[in-house]
Amino acid sequence: MISLADITAAINHWLYATLPGWAALLVEAVIVGIAAITLFAVLGLVLVFMERKVSAYMQVRLGPNRVGPGGTLQTLADTLKLAMKEGLTPDGADKFLFNLAPYVVIIAAMLILAPIAFAKGFQIWDLNIGILYVSAVSSLSVIGILMAGWASNNKYSLLGAMRSGAQIVSYELSAGISVVSIVILTGSLRISDIVASQQDGWWIFKGHIPALISFVIFIIAVTAETNRAPFDLAEAESELTAGFHTEYSGMKFALFFLAEYVNIFIVCAIAATLYLGGWMPLHIGHWAAFNHVMDYIPSSLWFWGKTFFLIFVIMWFRWTFPRLRIDQLLNLEWKYLLPISMVNLLLMALIAVEGWYL
Amino acid sequence: MIEEIGTTEAGELVINMGPQHPSTHGVLHLIITISGETIKKVEPHLGYIHRSIEKMCESLSYRQFIYVTSRMDYLSSHINNHGCALCVEKGMQIEVPPRAQVIRVLMDELTRLASHQLWWGAMAMDVGALTPFFHAFREREAINDIMEETCGARLTMNYMVPGGVMADLHPRFAERVKEFMRFFRSKMDEYDELVTNNVIFKSRMQGVGYLSRENAISYGCTGPTGRASGVSCDMRKIAPYEVYGRLAFNEILQTEGDCYARYLVRMAEMRQSLSIIDQLIDNIPEGDFQAKTKAVLKLPKGEFYSRVETARGEFGVYIISEGGTTPYRIKFRSPGFSNLSALDHMARGHKIGDLVAIMGTLDLVIPDIDR
Repeated sequence: MISLADITAAINHWLYATLPGWAALLVEAVIVGIAAITLFAVLGLVLVFMERKVSAYMQVRLGPNRVGPGGTLQTLADTLKLAMKEGLTPDGADKFLFNLAPYVVIIAAMLILAPIAFAKGFQIWDLNIGILYVSAVSSLSVIGILMAGWASNNKYSLLGAMRSGAQIVSYELSAGISVVSIVILTGSLRISDIVASQQDGWWIFKGHIPALISFVIFIIAVTAETNRAPFDLAEAESELTAGFHTEYSGMKFALFFLAEYVNIFIVCAIAATLYLGGWMPLHIGHWAAFNHVMDYIPSSLWFWGKTFFLIFVIMWFRWTFPRLRIDQLLNLEWKYLLPISMVNLLLMALIAVEGWYL
Repeated sequence: MIEEIGTTEAGELVINMGPQHPSTHGVLHLIITISGETIKKVEPHLGYIHRSIEKMCESLSYRQFIYVTSRMDYLSSHINNHGCALCVEKGMQIEVPPRAQVIRVLMDELTRLASHQLWWGAMAMDVGALTPFFHAFREREAINDIMEETCGARLTMNYMVPGGVMADLHPRFAERVKEFMRFFRSKMDEYDELVTNNVIFKSRMQGVGYLSRENAISYGCTGPTGRASGVSCDMRKIAPYEVYGRLAFNEILQTEGDCYARYLVRMAEMRQSLSIIDQLIDNIPEGDFQAKTKAVLKLPKGEFYSRVETARGEFGVYIISEGGTTPYRIKFRSPGFSNLSALDHMARGHKIGDLVAIMGTLDLVIPDIDR
């Protein structure tokens, strides 16, 4: 069976055979860069369309259904509209920071794509501190948001940015501790190792209840980190009009919008990798026949299926729950999630030390 | 006590909320002073859609001025029209036929339902849940269709005239109302599942925007806002008009006085409205839908006042007549204006998110406040 890993290996082999070493590396870097940017754009389009359809079905309506077959080209049309709009910079804004902010946010989102394993052997950069890198880079986006809020010279934006800062910095802790609890089990920060350790069962099943708790906490924390409802206080349409991106228009706004959706994809991909085995098919203990059948489903399909399931769950949150208040949001983190995840981490360490997982 | 605008202490920030803001539901302008996220002061500024309705009424005849009042509280347009018609009837001493009385009450209650449905959706949207809005509109659409069939309009109905109603009910009216009731009863439980019992929603609502009974009275809060603070102020009970006196329904009272109490009062009121419609829909008497009146109405010299219960509270019409074909002076007592005046008191010390929630439970309709 041809896998994506074979294709990439073949391309790599052919490039190094035909070109000198440095040129081959350069060509590979360009190919990967173009692929990443394309993935980025396509993800944005698909996820926005998905969100509109999911919300439509939850809200007893049809959603976009005019542009293209089944409305699939609607987001493309919207993107074109945004691209043609004038990107205004308000009077009194800090022009440099104002224009820089969307790029900081989007670059932070783009960087995290690097260590994600999309399929078996299909990964841009399998660095040995993969998951630590993800945690580190994902917290960069808050700088872009604070920049946008501060530079807009708008009180609503400022409030939104301040909320966002408090929120992301707090929820980073719970998300980080949840990640650590899986790292304890796998003993490695490398994404490919984490996936490989789930060969005979996903951590959410193997890690007993502590893994389940840390999965739930991780999903809550990343929902907050990506500023999604019920934690969308940074945007909070009914309170702050549009929060930190109130003053942005045209493509600059589109970049924030795109970054939001790519961030959702990334956090769901990380959650799928840590808890649901990434591209690893569903394997149950010693059921050899069952495991063999599952292996026939391509690994990329497993990865995308799990990720989109989690994305759907996060969208489901958004269209069902009301928004929390800022003090409730911080209480939830500091009074509940953080203590629970710390105790959970100890339990997880106990499980790892005693080797109670399979 | 009125403090001067713009006096801020160190660390305070003045924000203009509105006139164009997603959660002021119209062109309300609030100047809020905040310290961090905490609200220090809220000052509503009115006048952005002032249309001098009271002044306009002075040059309109007693038949015409009723229609202008549909444009005040556009979500209770039937009830506004009803109040005005009652006042003219009081002055002219017109006896309204029993059929017209029942039709009026039915329409009032349907309007109240439609208004509360819209409020439910809009308020959920204020606290960040977008889905209920669409669910509410699905049900409201059914009422609008019923209205359209009988009155010919969906929002500003202009159906009440002095002496009765403008036209008879559509033959399918009763059937369609029953169909709607069956449908809506099942949806009420869905409302509770989706919003009322939601943990986040409850934590956003309970203990927020407290208004004591004394303050509710002194601010003149009526309607669900007053009743949530324990003030018995349902005009349908206190001063029954039309057939309300012989209907079995309860005045919903809560004592908590917070946002959740106001929410529960409105939810319970929807059920009461359903029960009122239930009692009447099979018992619409036969007969005229309009009393015989002169072509030109002239109120005798004097002062006349009538009051009705709109979806937002007590709506009063005060007419001073000099005996001519047009009123000498008209004053409307709109419930939204008084309810809004309590906003500052309720919001102080809360967060910005709470201000929006409080405004949501006050159910403000800006054209009603700003006539």
